[in-house]
Amino acid sequence: MLYNQPNPTEVRILSKRFGLPNSQSIETYLATDGYKALEKAIGMTQEEIINEVKASLLRGRGGAGFPTGMKWSFVPRQSPKPKYIMVNADESEPGTCKDRLLIEYDPHQMIEGIIIAGLAVGAQQGYVYIRGEYRYLIDIVDRAIDEAYARGYLGDNILGRGVKFHLATHSGAGAYECGEESALLESFEGKRGIPRIRPPFPAVAGVYQSPTILNNVETFCAVPPIILHGGAYFAGLGTPKNGGTRLFCLSGHINKPGVYELPMGFNLMRMINEVGGGMRNGKKLKAVVPGGSSCPLLKADECDLAMDYDTLAKANSMLGSGGVVVLAEDTCMVKFALRIMRFYAHESCGWCIPCREGTAWMKKLLTRFHEGMGQESDIVLIGDLSKNMLGGRTFCPLGDAAALPTQSIVEKWRDEFEAHLDGKPCPYDKSSRLVAV
Amino acid sequence: MTFSPELEARFEKFLAIYPTDRKRSAMIPMLIYAQDEIGSITDELIDEVAKRVGVTPHVVNEVLTYYSMLHRKPMGKYHVQICTNISCLLVGGEELWNKASHKLGIGHKEVTADGRVSLEEVECIGACSWAPAIQVNYDFYHDVTMAQLEKLIDGLAAGKRPEEITELVKVA
Repeated sequence: MLYNQPNPTEVRILSKRFGLPNSQSIETYLATDGYKALEKAIGMTQEEIINEVKASLLRGRGGAGFPTGMKWSFVPRQSPKPKYIMVNADESEPGTCKDRLLIEYDPHQMIEGIIIAGLAVGAQQGYVYIRGEYRYLIDIVDRAIDEAYARGYLGDNILGRGVKFHLATHSGAGAYECGEESALLESFEGKRGIPRIRPPFPAVAGVYQSPTILNNVETFCAVPPIILHGGAYFAGLGTPKNGGTRLFCLSGHINKPGVYELPMGFNLMRMINEVGGGMRNGKKLKAVVPGGSSCPLLKADECDLAMDYDTLAKANSMLGSGGVVVLAEDTCMVKFALRIMRFYAHESCGWCIPCREGTAWMKKLLTRFHEGMGQESDIVLIGDLSKNMLGGRTFCPLGDAAALPTQSIVEKWRDEFEAHLDGKPCPYDKSSRLVAV
Repeated sequence: MTFSPELEARFEKFLAIYPTDRKRSAMIPMLIYAQDEIGSITDELIDEVAKRVGVTPHVVNEVLTYYSMLHRKPMGKYHVQICTNISCLLVGGEELWNKASHKLGIGHKEVTADGRVSLEEVECIGACSWAPAIQVNYDFYHDVTMAQLEKLIDGLAAGKRPEEITELVKVA
């Protein structure tokens, strides 16, 4: 069952098996070009595989957008240590629900991508770190792994070619911070999910301090089509330096929310109006969160842009994880900012003081604002607090992720904060008071 | 401490997939699967997991307090998790949370007196495009309406199982 109907404007590369009968099974996968990329890759050199991924202009789909081929090339393949592949399936960026579908509908595509990554750096062991809430996906991946072992795509002698690769799932237990690569690695080792200082990066010191390729689910899923059809083909689907398609998760005040695979560089207004079916109840667009809650928000008049990493960076925001949240004109931006900050205050691991204290104080300030007790000086204070969480003051980007959207909301909708001053109730929502957790 | 044969088999698998000198990696998966079977993380379970992965109970306790899904006290038989993060907030997640909390007379991570139902206001559960979304134990429900939520809460409180509450169909 599909959770939303596909849209005719989609370019379905990674999602091509979504909706096929029994799409999780290895039979369906094999009948639709499954494991052909692995057969091809097994005859390629490590250099050739990495170069093909470089040529695809694939960039990390978890949010940071780092070129995948380059990341793979940083792994010291001559190191005497074992190499590992780690899959980040800890999807928990608010607004993002694509990895869930990629695993649910097509687990073998991800597994094939993981094995190919293993070939590229000589790794013999991979792990899929799946968030604890996605228990049914752990079961799906476990079943798919068993099928792949039974057919000789995993094991000590893959396809009889003398190549060894083993794969297993690993359950998280509820922590947004564990989606951050270094905190994920700590958590994987049976510790609190606290970030590590970098460098060294996971490519050099990842799983058990050994060289590791660590990528998002969607990034691995893009590997089989890249190897099968060539890096140039994948690159050609997107815009310069932004190869391929990606899964955009449309949510919020639109008529047809859903997960849609679109070429990189797809226009955001077209995404809202043509793919997302336009604004709900004929209301006007007010703002868009372009790539998950960590991204600075765009005002309605800033939304006529190409959705790729570089264009969004130029617009002082981020393409992030593909979570496009659309807000209508009657959304209270103070309340929205508060909900984002409550999230980060809850999820801050507490390791770095600017993030731990900053998120807690911002939550208090925003709660006060929302309850109509804000003061003029608080608007400046929110800006100051944000600055003190930004730009390398913390071990991981959670501090930035909390500060950036807040800063953008205060800057772009300052009038709404002013409307909450001096005991005035929220202009949009006079009945409810948020209860801070 | 004894577990079901299924859980023992799972533990055995966990201990096999990590390098032999890295058994500690199995700690968190063991805790969460054991919690599903016995209801919460008990002192006895902490000692047992510590022994099996080769650390002190103190270390297990230090780790488990970090993770929001690991509970030292039992949650209800049906743990209703309502998302109020941004995508759900925009389409009524907060109203669902308030209604459920009001109807049951319990708050965040609290359990009804009969132990049947517990509530948790959760952060993003990865169903943003089909919001508002909830989970009952590990099952997902998408596009939940207020009427459906009321049926669910009333039904669970009255002793029904989720699958007997036909207004709401689990999607995954």
